[in-house]
Amino acid sequence: MSLIIRNLTVDHGAIRAINNLSFIVEKRRLTAVIGANGAGKSTLLRTLSGLNPATSGKASWGDHNLLKGKAEKHVRNGVSHVSEGKSVIPELTVEENLDLGALWRGSRKESEATKKYVLELFPRLGERLKQRADTLSGGERQMLAIGRSLMAKPDLLLLDEPSLGLAPLVVEQIFQTIRDVVNSSSVTVLLVEQNAMGALKIADIGVVLNLGKIAAIGPAADLIADPAIRAAYLGF
Amino acid sequence: MLKLLNTILIGLSTGAIYSLMSISLVLVWRSTRVVNFAQAGQAVFSTYIAYEVSLRTGNFWLALLCAVLSGALLGAFIDFFFMRMLFKHVTSGPIRAIAPVVATLGLLGIIRSAVGYIWGVEVKPLEPPVSTDGIRIGSEVLPFSTYDALILLIVFVVLMILTFIFQRTSLGLSLKASAFSPEISRLSGVRVDLTRTVGWAIAGACGAIAGVLATPTSLLSPNSLDILLVFGFVAAVIGGLESMLGAVVGGILLGLGVTFIANYVGSTLVFLSAFVFLIIVLLVKPAGIISGKRSRNA
Repeated sequence: MSLIIRNLTVDHGAIRAINNLSFIVEKRRLTAVIGANGAGKSTLLRTLSGLNPATSGKASWGDHNLLKGKAEKHVRNGVSHVSEGKSVIPELTVEENLDLGALWRGSRKESEATKKYVLELFPRLGERLKQRADTLSGGERQMLAIGRSLMAKPDLLLLDEPSLGLAPLVVEQIFQTIRDVVNSSSVTVLLVEQNAMGALKIADIGVVLNLGKIAAIGPAADLIADPAIRAAYLGF
Repeated sequence: MLKLLNTILIGLSTGAIYSLMSISLVLVWRSTRVVNFAQAGQAVFSTYIAYEVSLRTGNFWLALLCAVLSGALLGAFIDFFFMRMLFKHVTSGPIRAIAPVVATLGLLGIIRSAVGYIWGVEVKPLEPPVSTDGIRIGSEVLPFSTYDALILLIVFVVLMILTFIFQRTSLGLSLKASAFSPEISRLSGVRVDLTRTVGWAIAGACGAIAGVLATPTSLLSPNSLDILLVFGFVAAVIGGLESMLGAVVGGILLGLGVTFIANYVGSTLVFLSAFVFLIIVLLVKPAGIISGKRSRNA
C-alpha cells in the first residue's frame, strides 16, 4: 500500500492552493512536506482526509479513493488526520479525547489495548487522564492529538504542523516520538511542517512545496545537503 | 410555614418540567446552533399522541411511552429532512444564523396547523395516572399533589438516564464531541450527521415528556405548550444555554421563582416575573448561571 497522488488540483475560492501535484508516499516511510506559509501544505492534508473537496486529479491509499466520501469514512479505511493547531476537544477529558479516536472501532477491549500502547508512548497523558484537555500544556495537547489519532490504529497518519507554537525542546521530543512510531509499527506518515530542518531530520523522504507545486523531492538527507534548498528553506 | 413548604414543593415540580423543556432546547442549540421554536409544536404533537393512546387504552404509562417515541421520531425527522437540507445550502454568514430560526418558526406553524386539522381546536383533557388533588396531612390539605410528586420522580429518572448516556456511553461521548467540535469528531471517525439526528431525537423525547407531564393539570390545545416553550427558553438562557446541568438548574430556579411570585404576590404576575427574573440573571451574570470554561461538559 502506498499513498498515490496524481495531478491533484485544489482551489480555495479563487486561489489555486494545490496545482497539478503528483507524488508517491511509500509504505512505512516518514515523508515530510515542507514549504513556506501558504504553500498549500495544510490544504493538501485536508483534501486527503476528506475535509476539503478537490478540484481535479486523483489520490488513493491502497484501494481507497481519498477524494470520495466524508472524513469519517477515511478513518475507517485507515487514514487518520491530526489537523493543525493541537486538534483536541478542550471540553472533554484526556481519556474521553483518546476514547473518541477509537469509538468507531466498537470494541472496548481492542481500544483498551491501543490506549495502553498510546500511554506508553506518551506517559504524561497517563498522569492526566481525568483532567480536561484545556488544562494541558501546548506540548501535552499535541501529544493528545497524536495519541487520539493513533487510537484509530491508522495505516496512514497525516500530521499537520505538530511543532506549531511549541518550545524547541518539546518539538524535538514530539518529532522523536513520531520517528519512534514509524520505526516500531507499520504506520506510514505524511508530515507537513514549517519547521523544515526539524522535519527533514527525522524524515526518510522530503517534499518541498512552493505555491501548490513541488519545488524539490528526494531523500531527506539529500535535501538537507542541497545548498539551494538550504538557502531557500532551511535558512543557512 | 406550610405555605412555604408548599411553595417549594410546587416550585420544584413546576421547575422539573421547565428543566426537561430547557434540556431539549439546549441539546439542539449546542449541537446544531439552532434555536428550536418548533419544539413547542413537537411537544404538543407528542402530547396529542399521548391523548389519543390514553383515550383508547386508559393507560397513562403506555401513552407516555408512545409520546416519547413519537417525539423522538419527529425530532429525528425534522433534523433529517429539514435541518440537513438547510445546512447543505447555507454554511456560514448571517443567513446561517437566521435561516434555522425562520425554519423552526415555520415548522411550529405547520405542526400546529396539522395538529389542529387532525384533532380539532377545542381543548382536550389528558387523564393523570394518579390524583391531582392535594396531599392531606392531618386536617390540612396541601396544594402539592400525588401527581406533583410523580412529576418529580419521573423527571429525576429521566435526568439519571440522560446523565448515564452522556457520562458513560459511547453514544454520549459522540454526542458531546460532535457538539463541541464537529471537525475533530469527523476526523476521529464519528458519524457526525447521524449523531446530530440522534441528538434531535433525544431532545424531541425530552420535550414530549415535558409536554405530557404539563398537560393533565391544564388542558391540551394546538398551542397549549407555547408558554412552556417560553419558560423552557428562559430557563435555558438562565442556565447559560450550553450545559444540561445549567438547563436543570435554570429550570428549577425559574420554577421556584415563579411559584413564589404566584403564591406570595399574585398569579397574574407569573409570566411577567419570569422575564424579570431572566433580566436580573442576564444583568448579574450575562453568560448564565452555569457558564465559563467548565460549563459545556456539565
